[in-house]
Amino acid sequence: MPLKYLLSVLLAAGLTTAAFANPYETTLKNGLRVIVKEDHRAPTAVQMVWYRIGSTDEVDGASGVAHVLEHMMFKGTPSVGPGEFNKRVAAAGGRDNAFTSRDYTAYFQQVPKEKLPEMMQLEADRMRHLNVDAKEFEQEIKVVMEERRMRTDDNPQSKLFEQMNAVAFQAHPYRRPIIGWMNDLETMTAADAKAWYDTWYVPNNAYVIITGDVDHKEVFALAEKYYAPLEGRALPVRRQQIEPAQEGTRKVTVKAPAELPVLIMGYKAPILRDIDKDSDPYALEMLASILDGHDAARFNKKLVREDKVALSAGIDYDNTARGPGMLYLHGTPSEGKTVSDLEAALRAEIARVQKDGVSEQELKRAKAQLIAGQVYKLDSMFGQAMEIGQIEAVGLPYQKLDRMLDKLQKVTAADIQSVAKKYFNDDALTIGLLDPQPLDGKPRRPAVATRH
Amino acid sequence: MKRLLTVAIALLISQAALAGVKIEHWVSPSGARVYFVESRVLPMLDVQIDFAAGSMFDPAGKSGLAALTRGALDLGAGKFDETAIAEQMADIGASLGGGADTDRASVSLRTLSATDKREPALAILKAVVHAPLFDSAIFEREKARTIASLKEAMTRPDSIAGKAFWAAMYPNHPYGRQATPESVAALNPDDLAAFHARYYTAANASITLVGDLSRADAEKIAEGIAASLPKGVAATLPDAPQLPKWSMTQLAHPASQAHVYIGLPAIERGNPDFFPLLVGNYTLGGGGFVSRLMKEVRDKRGYAYSVYSYFAPLKQTGPFQIGLQTKRSQAKDALKVTREVLSGFLKDGPSEEELAAAKANLTGSFPLRLDSNKKILENVANIGFYGLPLDYLDQYQAKVQAVTTDDIRKAFARRVRPDNIITVTVAAD
Repeated sequence: MPLKYLLSVLLAAGLTTAAFANPYETTLKNGLRVIVKEDHRAPTAVQMVWYRIGSTDEVDGASGVAHVLEHMMFKGTPSVGPGEFNKRVAAAGGRDNAFTSRDYTAYFQQVPKEKLPEMMQLEADRMRHLNVDAKEFEQEIKVVMEERRMRTDDNPQSKLFEQMNAVAFQAHPYRRPIIGWMNDLETMTAADAKAWYDTWYVPNNAYVIITGDVDHKEVFALAEKYYAPLEGRALPVRRQQIEPAQEGTRKVTVKAPAELPVLIMGYKAPILRDIDKDSDPYALEMLASILDGHDAARFNKKLVREDKVALSAGIDYDNTARGPGMLYLHGTPSEGKTVSDLEAALRAEIARVQKDGVSEQELKRAKAQLIAGQVYKLDSMFGQAMEIGQIEAVGLPYQKLDRMLDKLQKVTAADIQSVAKKYFNDDALTIGLLDPQPLDGKPRRPAVATRH
Repeated sequence: MKRLLTVAIALLISQAALAGVKIEHWVSPSGARVYFVESRVLPMLDVQIDFAAGSMFDPAGKSGLAALTRGALDLGAGKFDETAIAEQMADIGASLGGGADTDRASVSLRTLSATDKREPALAILKAVVHAPLFDSAIFEREKARTIASLKEAMTRPDSIAGKAFWAAMYPNHPYGRQATPESVAALNPDDLAAFHARYYTAANASITLVGDLSRADAEKIAEGIAASLPKGVAATLPDAPQLPKWSMTQLAHPASQAHVYIGLPAIERGNPDFFPLLVGNYTLGGGGFVSRLMKEVRDKRGYAYSVYSYFAPLKQTGPFQIGLQTKRSQAKDALKVTREVLSGFLKDGPSEEELAAAKANLTGSFPLRLDSNKKILENVANIGFYGLPLDYLDQYQAKVQAVTTDDIRKAFARRVRPDNIITVTVAAD
């Protein structure tokens, strides 16, 4: 019902029914999939190339190589010199960048629509013809180390998160940071990056997403011209790595220069594997929305506003991933409160859901936000391409995005109470604590004790 | 992400926009300036109200007042308490946004455009701007949170560097004054009410609407907002900032990376020097991955992940800023290279080839700057708030095209004088 409602809203707004044939898809002979979502609001286009390869595919001692290769992808091919890729995109009036995650590595350009063919030519070229030059590598690895210093080493929260994941996961590669351990970066060579590229950067391990003011038939023809000549190659077998069941609470403390303590409570949580059959991941997502979906959602209302036990409190849960899932409760205690106070308060909120469930009104509110979000997301071509890219990256079909929305709309209060009882289990809990240290290295006065 | 320049670039491109966006402008009967772009494709509406009520209007000794006032608006207003505001917005899938910077305080609304969604959302928006309650218990809570976050910021090398940079650029102007735990601790709800009464007025407001709306409805909505506000008078600006003398500030910090900021007060909104500076800066440090700074500091030497420069024109003379982060032991070398790049550019300006590349990008990328309602809103609200010409977007590409290398050299010579440049480093060995 709510989905139908959404469609009627869109139709009423004058969207043509043709929009619902969107997106269009074709697969080239070399295995490369091309997905086109037409959106004719403005004369621009987005191209994204997603590779099904991320930090989760790395091995110990070479952490960070997926991301380093991402940087090297801008360093040239036999026909496009070092730095030339960026220059060509800039000359086209475009913007470009790339990002690496645990599960994937993706590259994108946003351009005036008439420049799309050139962008497709450029991406096709570097899909199989990259030079991994040792001299370029020598400079770029330093840049990556600076990036690590900026993002992680000098950022107490990031450091805590990195340490927590290293403790929460013992066997699964999600324990390694995407950007890599500093020592691995220090010992990495151009040959490592080259081997990574040669192994994984093939058309049958990638998909291209194009959104914008384009004709899908023309885009398919361009894909045939630029991407089809690239040869596919069999990929190495990827062994599934299963994290052993956690059997007891784990704790990790990070000391870093900061003023405020941070508490993160991470629970092992389910991941969406079958869009039609699964139910718990949907219920947990709705629970997250009820706890932290707006300023008067439960966490902020109770912990920050009423009880003033926290300066901030939230929940993070992503139910899509190639690997195992985690649900994180996090927050910072108010002055005069300790992380123990905050932990007790977060636990009490979960216990309240376990005992009394959630109200129909709260559930309705969370669903209304979801529906509106479906309209707002259409305001961004980039966002639409991201949505398709991310769902495909974890092996789920984008054609079922609407079905996911439908499943979320069907979540009941009873479902939510049931997952609250099932997953907030101390044996599957990892607690991370940022223990703030003064900048001058002298101990803080005991009044702001942060010991857990 | 490969590079982190998005924020810096966003500042720059907020100037720009796409030909073909039709801005309708009028002054509402109650005296607010209104800017409207009709966009019927998606069933949604964005509204932004900008008041000249930023931190530059903080009274002496009351730094932080503008930000705290803006922050408290949606924590109870009219007949809505803070919970009702958040819950009722969520119930209809709408949300409030905005914030306060040096110049303005903004309140924005994104809602579905169907009347049964739009009207309740607008009723809350109106209450929030004209009838905030400034409840004292809520105020104390928010004050404590603000003080805590200010203390936290004072442990972060980037925040420390940023605060020191602005203080050094503007030693005798409100732009250089910043909230401290002490200044915020001294505030009370009466201060907020007085600040609100003075600055949140129709005469001091510009209202921007973008979305699925007729002109007639836009007029009605804008006047509905404006009529609820006191008429008021436009804010009076402080004396213009004076240029600082060359200085170098080095602050200690245990971080692994040094943060380096170089700059000076350079230009205000609407000044014709803006276009030569914009086009020139593309070559110096604005053009993302293809700028001289990026080439010399990052690509050739691997000194930094992010290095950039930009002009941020404000109501009064806003800054020119170069920024980078680098391993603390090589901060001196990175600073030296950066200064060489800057002085080389000041001396010779861009080559003809560089100029052509800058123009190709700045004009070619124009459609990207307006390809969503969100971007249109941002651009049109800027035009409205800063009183830029209504055809600013239409003229943009031509103005970029008209810039010559000589214009750039001269504009940089006027606006970026080495004698007035200040440098701040934090955590540099």
